[in-house]
Amino acid sequence: MATVSLESKTFEKFPDVVGRHDDANYLNHDHSIASWLFTLDHKRIGLLYLVTITLMFLLGGALAGAIRLELLTPKGDFLTADTYNKAFTAHGIIMLFFFLIPSIPAVLGNFLVPLMIGAKDVAFPRLNLLSYYLYFAGSVIALTALLLGGVDTGWTFYTPFSSTYSNSYVIVMAVGLFVVGFSSILTGLNFIITVHRMRCPGLTWFRLPLFIWSIYATSVVQLLGTPVIAVTLGLLGVERTLGVGIFDPRLGGDPILFQHLFWFYSHPAVYIMILPSLGVTSEVIATFSRKNVFGYHIIAFSSIAIAVFGFIVWAHHMFTTGISPYAAMVFSLLTFSVAIPSGIKVFSWLATMYGGSISFDTPMIYAFGFLGLFTIGGLTGLFLSTLGTDIHLHDTYFIVAHFHYIMVGGAIMGYMAGIHYWWPKMTGRMYSEFWGKLSAGITFIGFNFTFFPQFILGYLGMPRRYYEYPDEFQVLNVFSTAGASILAIGYSMPLFYMTYSFFFGEKANSNPYGGSTLDWTNTTSPPSPHNFEQTPVVTEEPYHYHGKEAAVVSH
Amino acid sequence: MSATNETVQDHGQHHHKDLAHHFDTLEQQHDANTLGMWAFLLTEVLFFGGLFAAYTIYRYKYSAMFEEASNHLDITLGATNTVILILSSLTMALAVRCSQTGNSLWTGRWLLITIAFGLMFLGVKYVEWKHDYHIHLMPGKDWSGKDYWHWQYAKKAKEMETEAHKKGSAEHSLPNRNDVLADNDPSLGVRGIQESQQARLFFLLYFCMTSLHALHMLVGFVLIGIIAYFAYQGAYSPEYYSPVENIGLYWHFVDIVWIFLFPLLYLLGAHMGH
Repeated sequence: MATVSLESKTFEKFPDVVGRHDDANYLNHDHSIASWLFTLDHKRIGLLYLVTITLMFLLGGALAGAIRLELLTPKGDFLTADTYNKAFTAHGIIMLFFFLIPSIPAVLGNFLVPLMIGAKDVAFPRLNLLSYYLYFAGSVIALTALLLGGVDTGWTFYTPFSSTYSNSYVIVMAVGLFVVGFSSILTGLNFIITVHRMRCPGLTWFRLPLFIWSIYATSVVQLLGTPVIAVTLGLLGVERTLGVGIFDPRLGGDPILFQHLFWFYSHPAVYIMILPSLGVTSEVIATFSRKNVFGYHIIAFSSIAIAVFGFIVWAHHMFTTGISPYAAMVFSLLTFSVAIPSGIKVFSWLATMYGGSISFDTPMIYAFGFLGLFTIGGLTGLFLSTLGTDIHLHDTYFIVAHFHYIMVGGAIMGYMAGIHYWWPKMTGRMYSEFWGKLSAGITFIGFNFTFFPQFILGYLGMPRRYYEYPDEFQVLNVFSTAGASILAIGYSMPLFYMTYSFFFGEKANSNPYGGSTLDWTNTTSPPSPHNFEQTPVVTEEPYHYHGKEAAVVSH
Repeated sequence: MSATNETVQDHGQHHHKDLAHHFDTLEQQHDANTLGMWAFLLTEVLFFGGLFAAYTIYRYKYSAMFEEASNHLDITLGATNTVILILSSLTMALAVRCSQTGNSLWTGRWLLITIAFGLMFLGVKYVEWKHDYHIHLMPGKDWSGKDYWHWQYAKKAKEMETEAHKKGSAEHSLPNRNDVLADNDPSLGVRGIQESQQARLFFLLYFCMTSLHALHMLVGFVLIGIIAYFAYQGAYSPEYYSPVENIGLYWHFVDIVWIFLFPLLYLLGAHMGH
């Protein structure tokens, strides 16, 4: 190819090992609308998710914009108090349940899990399509709730406000979340069985790419956590419609029980959001450092450990509710221990990069952003797991900043890294490295500008969920709102250059970044409808970069 | 494998007619299907688990009232249903066995018999719920606690009867209902109101758990019906019977949930007598 532009020279370094089939790939083998809407192909379902969750992300982002505009001035002048409540509730619900939870598992997971393990498809293709339509139906129901007038309870639906006092559309929204929850469960179930039963010959557990380990751990959390929130929302609906008192202290119920049940899912849900990003980061760092992953086994096990710890730390959301101090101490200690596997991962990535031949392509820049933001988010989590400081910081902007560092700085940066890394595989096209790097840089700067001031605001005592604040907090809030506009630019840019790339981008070869996993070494870009020409046979561990050629052979 | 069961694919490999394109062997497909059902049942355990957790906590907090409230459920009907459901598990196991041995006719028959037992269960449940409604056990909005006073009355009457019996006195009279009510008048005691609400929580959990269980049975009927239809069509063979096996796993799960519900709801206060 004659066009070697300055910003996209990396992919010229790596030879095309599989070749390109311009005539038959999963995107163009059938153009009819029905072939997309009723597809059983995991790759197409992944793209359906990509389009839908991007729309939800834009909606959630617009709501965040409304919140930041209101907080530009100390007085409530842009939104009314009630609208503000509904805006942050809708922002939280859409971003968590309809964007972050399905983001990497449903888009990249669907696309990559069969490709990475040498399978023709996921174990249950029809169930996979059903998951997508459950997600779609759940989204429609949730949007209906918003159009009817919205919900003002916050995404946590705390009782007794949600069950007794709120006059908003709690039940409609709960039904939407119930439905989308089953989408999440079925996706997780599908991946678990796929990883267990669909691996190609020779692909033992310890030869699995680390992305697969993290998706596997995520799927276990989805399978075990989500049904609990489903039944909790069901009980909330029963209490609200029948006027019974399962969570209402006036009627003998216990509102703290709601919080326990809610966080039993919703804390592990944080790991549904972050674990896949950890997996993406492992892949990206190995590929762009041209080096074996340092501590493969310990990274794999730390994914499992995070999933397990995730289930036994939920009460750290409730330190100020008057739970037993002894229980609080145990939960505090367990919460601290989540830092161990997280730290192991960060140090292993650093050790992977050490001495590596690092190239600074867009996915790697995003992964660097991820590393920094995830570390800040993780370390500030320790402030909150400390019982004493949590009393001071609870329900302040410190919390808001902390979880945005994890979920936006961590999870979305990882998602963006993954989308950029696998974009040539998904679409068969290269995107502009220049715009890619620029957007990664702007996102990183905009993000810190938006959320770092909120740590200080929270420490100074600004509570979350209020639409007005004392004058003295205005400077930092202006910083934050200004940062949010920069962040919005950073997030909008990929919409344009990626769309452009999809139609007009330079054709990608089968392995433009020199990746070492089966998705890169044994499939075309984009892959053919049935993924592999011949079932691959794996004879080595992944990430074999020490002067060896790709050791994955076909037979 | 008979020749009619095979089709030759593009790659010249032989594929069984029941083998989906993305699996390599029937065994792999069977393993994946079975494991998938077990994973689904794990989700179901957690789904019911939320209710069982709520039950456990209130049972611990309000144990006395839970035991008393439990005594208002009909053990005979509950026990009958337990037997019916265990029988349906047997017929389901027989259906799975028949599908493994290639007996399509009896696979279908045993599945339909399983549905019949399931319908009997729901019939009994309907009679029971209707009875519960008539004796004012519904925990809905109009729960005023009046039924609680009624129980207090009945309990006191029973106590007086026992006492009279012990003394050998042949004659005893029931206390005036108004006397009992006066002792427990809502305006006189916060405790009475609290206990009434605790009993209400018990019935709330009773109705939630048994309804969710019944809902699972209804879903089961539809699925068993579809699989029975395919069984009559001869869709299952000793090489391919995982749909029958999986619906069997599901049905046994629904049974096991009931096996836990029965003692927790019905037998809780049985030692106290009626």
